[in-house]
Amino acid sequence: MKNIPISAMIGLFFTALYFLMALFAPLIAPYGMAEVVGDVWEPSSSEFLLGTDSIGRDLLTRLIYGGRTTIFIATMATILSFTLGSILGFFAAVSGGWVDQAISRFVDLIMSIPSLIFALVVLSVMPTTTTILILLMGLLDSTRVYRLARAVAVDITVMDYVEAARLRGEKFAWIIFREILPNALSPLVAEMGLRFIFMVLFISTLSFLGLGVQPPLADWGGIVKENKEGINYGIQAALYPAYAIATLCISINLVADWILNRTTSLKGGRG
Amino acid sequence: MAVEPLLKVRDLKIGATIYPPGERPRDIEIVHGVSFDLEGGKVLGLIGESGAGKSTIGLAAMAYGRGGVEITGGEVHVSGRDILKSGLRDVRKLRGGEVTYVSQSAAASFNPAKKIMEQVTEAAIFQGKFSKQDAEARAVALFAKLGLPDPENIGDRYPHQVSGGQLQRCMTALALCPEPDLVVFDEPTTALDVTTQIEVLAAIKDAIRDTGVAALYITHDLAVVAQVSDHIMVLQQGSMVEYGTTDQIINNPQEEYTQALVSVRSIKHEEKKPGDTPLLKVDHITARYRGTNFDVLKDVNVELHPGQTLAIVGESGSGKSTLARVITGLLPPSDGQITFDGRVLSPDLPTRSLEDLRELQMIYQMADTAMNPRQTVGTIIGRPLEFYFGLKGKDKQTRIQELLDQIELGDGFQDRYPAELSGGQKQRVCIARALAAKPKLIICDEVTSALDPLVADGILKLLLKLQKDEDVSFLFITHDLATVRAIADSIAVMFQGQVVRYGPKSQVLAPPFDDYTDLLLSSVPEMKLGWLEDVLANRKMESAGN
Amino acid sequence: MHPIFKLIAQRVALGIMLLFAASVLIFGGTMMLPGDVAQQILGQSATPENLANLRESMGLNDPPVARYFQWLGGFLQGDLGTALTNGRDIAESLGSRLGNTLFLAFWAAVISVPLAIFLGLLAVRYKDRWPDKLISAVTLTTISIPEFMIGYVLIYWISIKAGWFSSVAIINDSMSLGAKLNAIAIPVMVLTLVVLAHMMRMTRAAILNVMQSAYIETAELKGMGMLKIIAKHAFPNAIAPIVNVVMLNLAYLVVGVVVVEVVFAYPGMGQYLVDHVAKRDVPVVQACGLIFAAVYIGLNLIADIVAILANPRLRHPK
Repeated sequence: MKNIPISAMIGLFFTALYFLMALFAPLIAPYGMAEVVGDVWEPSSSEFLLGTDSIGRDLLTRLIYGGRTTIFIATMATILSFTLGSILGFFAAVSGGWVDQAISRFVDLIMSIPSLIFALVVLSVMPTTTTILILLMGLLDSTRVYRLARAVAVDITVMDYVEAARLRGEKFAWIIFREILPNALSPLVAEMGLRFIFMVLFISTLSFLGLGVQPPLADWGGIVKENKEGINYGIQAALYPAYAIATLCISINLVADWILNRTTSLKGGRG
Repeated sequence: MAVEPLLKVRDLKIGATIYPPGERPRDIEIVHGVSFDLEGGKVLGLIGESGAGKSTIGLAAMAYGRGGVEITGGEVHVSGRDILKSGLRDVRKLRGGEVTYVSQSAAASFNPAKKIMEQVTEAAIFQGKFSKQDAEARAVALFAKLGLPDPENIGDRYPHQVSGGQLQRCMTALALCPEPDLVVFDEPTTALDVTTQIEVLAAIKDAIRDTGVAALYITHDLAVVAQVSDHIMVLQQGSMVEYGTTDQIINNPQEEYTQALVSVRSIKHEEKKPGDTPLLKVDHITARYRGTNFDVLKDVNVELHPGQTLAIVGESGSGKSTLARVITGLLPPSDGQITFDGRVLSPDLPTRSLEDLRELQMIYQMADTAMNPRQTVGTIIGRPLEFYFGLKGKDKQTRIQELLDQIELGDGFQDRYPAELSGGQKQRVCIARALAAKPKLIICDEVTSALDPLVADGILKLLLKLQKDEDVSFLFITHDLATVRAIADSIAVMFQGQVVRYGPKSQVLAPPFDDYTDLLLSSVPEMKLGWLEDVLANRKMESAGN
Repeated sequence: MHPIFKLIAQRVALGIMLLFAASVLIFGGTMMLPGDVAQQILGQSATPENLANLRESMGLNDPPVARYFQWLGGFLQGDLGTALTNGRDIAESLGSRLGNTLFLAFWAAVISVPLAIFLGLLAVRYKDRWPDKLISAVTLTTISIPEFMIGYVLIYWISIKAGWFSSVAIINDSMSLGAKLNAIAIPVMVLTLVVLAHMMRMTRAAILNVMQSAYIETAELKGMGMLKIIAKHAFPNAIAPIVNVVMLNLAYLVVGVVVVEVVFAYPGMGQYLVDHVAKRDVPVVQACGLIFAAVYIGLNLIADIVAILANPRLRHPK
């Protein structure tokens, strides 16, 4: 642990902080999530640290609960996209032939439509529940994980040690879990960070457009939507979630960068 | 005071920054105070194994450090000026004008987007040495001198439109075009096939002689450097070991290390007579890769007897590695069959029995990629024990240690990762993994090609010892005839997918030869002066690949 | 015929096939609707009789495949159908909006593309020194914030606090170009910031990749200066990757436009699409979705074709 650079340290600290806040939101938040406790857009005071929102709820409380929703949905969607994407990617790489072709071409097709547009098309006919949102985001994003996992795995499957394992007579499972996975883990973990960021941005965007998390549930994109009118009166309420998202995403970026750098230095440079 | 030499290097020290995994980067010294002189018009050979610092020293003559390499001390004088103290402007005048460079890989060193002529004449024009017209005339003359076909027009082609050997000659023309005082040749023939290498080597030698340019010739192959240089400097791990005339280094080496380099590949191996029943019988094998309509192997027939070694010799593209893929079942043949230990092997890997898989093992050229970097040596060697024999716990540990002793690695290696081993040690672990299966046949695919000569010798000796102890057979695939002489009992020479000559070693290597075998045999550099001229005078056939 | 034309023809055919498949996907995606369009139009008060009549007149009783081809056929002739919510012709409503969206995207591209390439070169020139680190820190930040939030941050600080430019970007045909540009100043800034970060980072990586090639070292050993090397040796090889980066990011821009339009109440395609998603107006969503997909596929196609044209191996075969 002694070799973690300062930037990654800061990243790890803030990432942990946000996840802990999400986890213990009901214990930390000063008020109830949907509780109207004051006037509309009160300025910050000792009572309301960040002031109140467009209908007089405590903004800090909204932010903490909003973070809980945003992080929960992003995490679930990341897990789904990762599990599905990497399993399919490895499977395609090891199988090769027409199986690989069929999955890869299908993924190409999905990726030929921008994710947000695709999501909007589907959401025009589906109800916007948390489950649907997680499924939709996870499935759409798994195409990107699939591409990476497949590329990494294809690089590994052409290695002589994988051929050696095949010649030894090893089964599919040994080859995937013992030969390929340990060598594919670092780039995939770094990618996981980036996918999570993308999910946070994605769900925030959907909520902001009014097609994501539905009120009275709070989430960061939704808080912006609820308070955007305030901007015109010089009220910052809608900007706080922006700061929250930015710090969370930058922190995760810093950690992912560090993991990636560690992996590339393992391979050694030129000369 | 005597006349200044063209190149005077004094106490040259070069450092580099390394990035060990999981640690902070640190600076190390890779060349420790090397000094030498080179007079105008002479050729100095720099010889050493990988990591000896020979390329780094060569580039220092141009005040250039590659990657994170930095010249940290000493002096480099070119024509009386210390170029390490010169400003960037003067150094740029020197590079490409007075001192030029020929790299190992011309294919990568030419810009793919520009015509050859433009790149060959660029430095001469840019440095103000020649007008465009003169530079182009000079380039055409050099193309002709270097034996390139159609010298008038080859400059209009793009780099990917000419062969590797031709491009290497173009690179030499590029270096000679500005009429430099000194050319640095950095392993210019190493990446070429053996029959092409000798022709490029001869072309370079003629060009050096005719233009009267001085040269630093860098290589790991003493036999090659002996053909072109006046003096040789032997380097080991960034320090000079010995310096002398070529004659003295080859015929009367003083230092132990130099003696070892000179006597490398002198393993003696008595040919064994074939027995009654072959262990492996390759019967009328014809094969092609999926999606192609070209036979990579055409009607190949060879036999290998128990406890013996069959060498498959050929250049790249001869089909020798494809034969290994067919025997292991990775590429089912389109015709013919393989008989192993009296039974016909299934053509396809997934349908072979565990016993077949166990008795037929494989060792690869690149030990680096043949071992999973995330597994310890213990796991790598232990897996076949567990997989084929169900060994566990203490029994497995004991057996792993036995195998490690057999490959002369000893204690303390079980818990190491491949990245912590040297090149030779890695290849030994791969040998141990193959042995762990108690195989009857081991296919060795260019197992010594990526290793330095002395290390390769050690591996060959180990393989011979193991053959005696374990009575295992080797199918030895290589392009290197010196290796073949050292280890084979019988030889098959392959050319364009066919076996052109096959038999016991003594017969295959004795005249009369067919044209291709003659070409191949005569192309192996020998460690004696004047060999190159002799060979070229007695050739029957032009180089195969060119 | 030069083999390169064959390759390009193949790539174009593939693009058309992809677009066709995408249209199937978009049409199929909206078939998952619980209930049907007729129900949607008539609402809760619909009688079974009304519903049956409307279904019949809208062709909803036809099999999905027939309806798909009917839809696609109409689309190819410029007939995008009518909106459920207000019964207006979709093609008509889309026309001016598409123009507005392209107007916005165009100005964002005009500013961001040269800027990104310039900054990318700057970062390569000063690799690992402070200009590189500063650029990378700033772009990391903008990548980490969603477009709409950059929008509000800029509105807050530039429009409200500093009093420059308008916080809404409403334009119409009667406005002069100058007035229009003034209106879209902040949205263009937002879009520029968003794509600039990605484009600059990818440009930097692409140029660095080229600069690490052995032929750059050859040029250095010819005594050439850095700028000359970049211009003569790096640039011809960097064209294809840079065009690729630019096209990918223009495609990204197309998506960014959707959100930015909503933030600034800009009368473009994006806002039109989002409005009608919320109203579950399926024909509008289908039409907009397909147009966005076509632009996206088209830009990727251009990138591929440039890559083929820029490859000397394909341009000058053996």
